[in-house]
Amino acid sequence: MLDMIMKMFGKESAGSKDIAKERLRLVLVHDRVNVSPQFMEVLKDDMIKVISNYMEINEKEMEVNLTNTNSSVALVANIPVQRMKRGAQKD
Amino acid sequence: MGEVIVVTSGKGGVGKTTTTANLGTGFALMGKKVVLVDADIGLRNLDVVMGLENRIVYDLVDVTEGNCRLKQALIRDKRYETLYLLPAAQTRDKTAVSPDQMRQLCQDLVQEFDYVIIDCPAGIEQGFKNAIAGADRAVIVTTPEVSAVRDADRIIGLLESEGKSNPKLIVNRIRPKMVKKGDMMDIDDIIEILAVDLLGIIPEDEYIVISTNRGEPAITNPVSLASTAYKNIVRRLMGENVPLMSLETNDGFFGKIKKILGM
Repeated sequence: MLDMIMKMFGKESAGSKDIAKERLRLVLVHDRVNVSPQFMEVLKDDMIKVISNYMEINEKEMEVNLTNTNSSVALVANIPVQRMKRGAQKD
Repeated sequence: MGEVIVVTSGKGGVGKTTTTANLGTGFALMGKKVVLVDADIGLRNLDVVMGLENRIVYDLVDVTEGNCRLKQALIRDKRYETLYLLPAAQTRDKTAVSPDQMRQLCQDLVQEFDYVIIDCPAGIEQGFKNAIAGADRAVIVTTPEVSAVRDADRIIGLLESEGKSNPKLIVNRIRPKMVKKGDMMDIDDIIEILAVDLLGIIPEDEYIVISTNRGEPAITNPVSLASTAYKNIVRRLMGENVPLMSLETNDGFFGKIKKILGM
């Protein structure tokens, strides 16, 4: 009600900066996804290094991709595991 | 041996040329030897903002193509002893110069000058690549708008991939009243989103329009807010630690009364 009265007097409810921030955040999420193939390769290599401490994986079949949804970006990795490494397991 | 600073933004109309003109004049006021380089080939404007448009004989492309010596193309600003301008060519386009040629030009200029300030064209194509090629550091100008901040983000990424890391940000045309009302993104919002260091903030100031009309950079005005902001930025670029200026507004008649009453 108050909102409508304010609008009649030409005043939008305050705080359009939050709208700007949210729109900017979303637009940047999408802009920033366009990373170079080299970047993905470096990331993949680092992931292999870390994971190899714990398990043997099939590096050739491994897939790492960034995927887009409307409001977020996800890093999706499909990493076939061949065998766990015994020594790495903590109790 | 001097330093090459590129002023860039991605988006057009956010105040690159105005910033270049004011920072350059500011360095000159501090007694430094400065040259401003207009890298916007085909759409030169820095000469007009500086009020030096009637003194152009040779331009940047004449230098890179060897039609004249570098010294012949430099225009000395008669108002400030140590301030020079290297204008862009107006009848050529961005492809008239290569990044290698710009790198060489910058190397030649830093031998003579304390500061070489390059006014980068809008966009991310050849003109941008030329402008940043010879730069030691980058200053990014943005305004508190979604489009300008988005472009700044893109520019930060491109600078990084060209090996120019750690650019510094100037947020231009802030309207303190709108920020206070929550109708404009504030500095913290922008810095958080872009994750870069803040070099300075410049409030919206009508005096910029007046000074551009006259062709004298606003920084020479003793009372303008933007002038103070630019002076602070110049000192920061010279390594001084200067606190950000306060954007407290006097909120009209009642605001003043409230202040007097301590409310």
